[in-house]
Amino acid sequence: MIWVNQVVQGILLGGYYALLATGLSLLFGVMRIINLAHGDLAVVGLFLLWWLHDQGLSVPAALAVMLPAMALAGILLQRVLLERSLRSGVLVPLLTTFGLAIVMQNLLFEKFGADIRSVDIGTFAYNGWKITDEIYVGHLPVVTFCVAVVLLGALQLFLSRAPIGRSMRATAQDPDTAELVGVNARAVYLVAAAIAVATAGLAGAFLGMRTTFDAYVGPTQLIYAFEAVVIGGLGSLWGTLFGGIVIGVAQTVGAQIKPQYSILAGHLVFLAVLGWRLVNGAIAARGGFRAALGLET
Amino acid sequence: MNAAQGLKVERWTPLSAVATAGGVALLVALAFGPVLFGANALDNLTELYVYVILAAMWNALAGYAGLVSVGQQAFFGLGAYAAVQLTNHGVNVWLALALAGLAAGAISLPTSFFVLWLRGGEFAIGMWVVAEVFHLLVNLDHSVGGVTGTSLIALSSYDPVERRRYTYWLALASMAVLLAAVFVLLRSRLGASMQAIRDDEQAAGSVGVRVLRAKLVVFVLAAIGCGAAGAVWLAGQLTFQPNSYFSVQWTAYMLFMALVGGLGTFEGPIIGAVIFFAIQNQFGEEGVWYLVGLGTAAVVFALLLPRGLWGTVEDRFGIRLLPLGYRVRKLGGGRAPSTSPRVAAESELT
Repeated sequence: MIWVNQVVQGILLGGYYALLATGLSLLFGVMRIINLAHGDLAVVGLFLLWWLHDQGLSVPAALAVMLPAMALAGILLQRVLLERSLRSGVLVPLLTTFGLAIVMQNLLFEKFGADIRSVDIGTFAYNGWKITDEIYVGHLPVVTFCVAVVLLGALQLFLSRAPIGRSMRATAQDPDTAELVGVNARAVYLVAAAIAVATAGLAGAFLGMRTTFDAYVGPTQLIYAFEAVVIGGLGSLWGTLFGGIVIGVAQTVGAQIKPQYSILAGHLVFLAVLGWRLVNGAIAARGGFRAALGLET
Repeated sequence: MNAAQGLKVERWTPLSAVATAGGVALLVALAFGPVLFGANALDNLTELYVYVILAAMWNALAGYAGLVSVGQQAFFGLGAYAAVQLTNHGVNVWLALALAGLAAGAISLPTSFFVLWLRGGEFAIGMWVVAEVFHLLVNLDHSVGGVTGTSLIALSSYDPVERRRYTYWLALASMAVLLAAVFVLLRSRLGASMQAIRDDEQAAGSVGVRVLRAKLVVFVLAAIGCGAAGAVWLAGQLTFQPNSYFSVQWTAYMLFMALVGGLGTFEGPIIGAVIFFAIQNQFGEEGVWYLVGLGTAAVVFALLLPRGLWGTVEDRFGIRLLPLGYRVRKLGGGRAPSTSPRVAAESELT
């Protein structure tokens, strides 16, 4: 029963990872950029929320201010950094977003110091429903999971139905051809960046409610999000939810074996998926394993 | 072939012969460092050599093979870890430090199967995951003290003066061997393959470049180099704490040095390392603002000066200090007007 409980907790945790990974997946899908500052953007949103709450705003009110602010930050990021980086080739976005990540972490540290904080949401943080004697689900994880599902569903609907969403898919497939048929790729990129950064902020908010944080937690969040995206298939939204759940379950089950194994288990499952894909791909390709690695001509 | 059209393809020029000889002479002269310099200067130079190694390795990966790795700290940490483990198992401490790079290289082989087929950003973060995995595994190893770490006691028993000298020589020798390895690699056929992959992986594959093999060679070389750097760092610090050796900060430093000096040039990362060393010693105490500055500089250089300082100088004045590429010259003096000074495979990083 304890294992069932861990799996349930893992699935719910997967909702948080999916939320975190949505923006990363979207930016990759649309622009072929992997934003190495994604985790730190989530933390920026979180600190903004924490600060607003500290100034006396309620958490929902602070969220209502933070999310549009993060969308604006996304537009700014796109205009100032990503647009230029994209023009300079495939490597430059990696270099600039990594540089930006370092800048943001240390500016946050400079402003907020080394204190470990959390967003105070009262009893909501630990109340829950008791399913059986050993299975207990918290309100917050369930809400996080539901928000992730709703967000992914809304985004899916947006991409398939809304005009700008369809333009986005067209641009993702082929920006030049999309422009030929009248799509404004630049505007599409701005919208994608705004959505990606706002959802990162939302994920950051949930991070701050479920655990403690400081200025340097961003990179780890980026890694988890990336693992979820890769396991689910790059650019696939529902795949992201699946990937998040895989990482979440691996971590909670690993933690049950031994607390130190939690994060390691997530990483190892991720590497196993990579290895499995490699072997599969090699067998599928003619010539077999060694040829796929380039060891034979 | 080109000679028939009144063009001459040459590799060695008088300038590059002088520059190469000068570089070798400088390395030989530096070998007498312990006779010439005081303790402080020796420590500083040792530190600088580590930076040069790291910058050159990261540049070989990103600047020449197009592999941006955010996880090179994995091999830096593994090098130090291997040195500790080998010493614990009875290997002479200096031998252990010298072999540590090879140990990191050996570990990079199985690692490469998981990450090398990833592209661009996937490889970047994939390597980061790899670094985290090694970090967590070393944290679990009680024989090196787990998270707390351990110190290289075998080295503490040496006389400090002697220890400083040997560490210096170890650093210098590691740097010289690794720079020579990069130099030879770049001049080889494989070097041209790597750069072709960097510029367009699919196109390179379609003209017969064995993409994964070329990547594998540079990946293993970079792992050996970063491992050796980690071992030298350990010899200087005497303590091994996983959290500081496996920190992503090392990659941030490598990226800064390679970018500022000039990604995709041989000399650039060396210049970048010297600049980084100067900044580190000037502003390292500033902590947070120093790191903000490094990050900002990386962004600014990536956007505005993507060829870095040395790359810009090379382009502006058309000089090539080292005989790494080929020059195409019109017979009878002067450069061929419509021909790039380098072959296509050595085109700019775009």
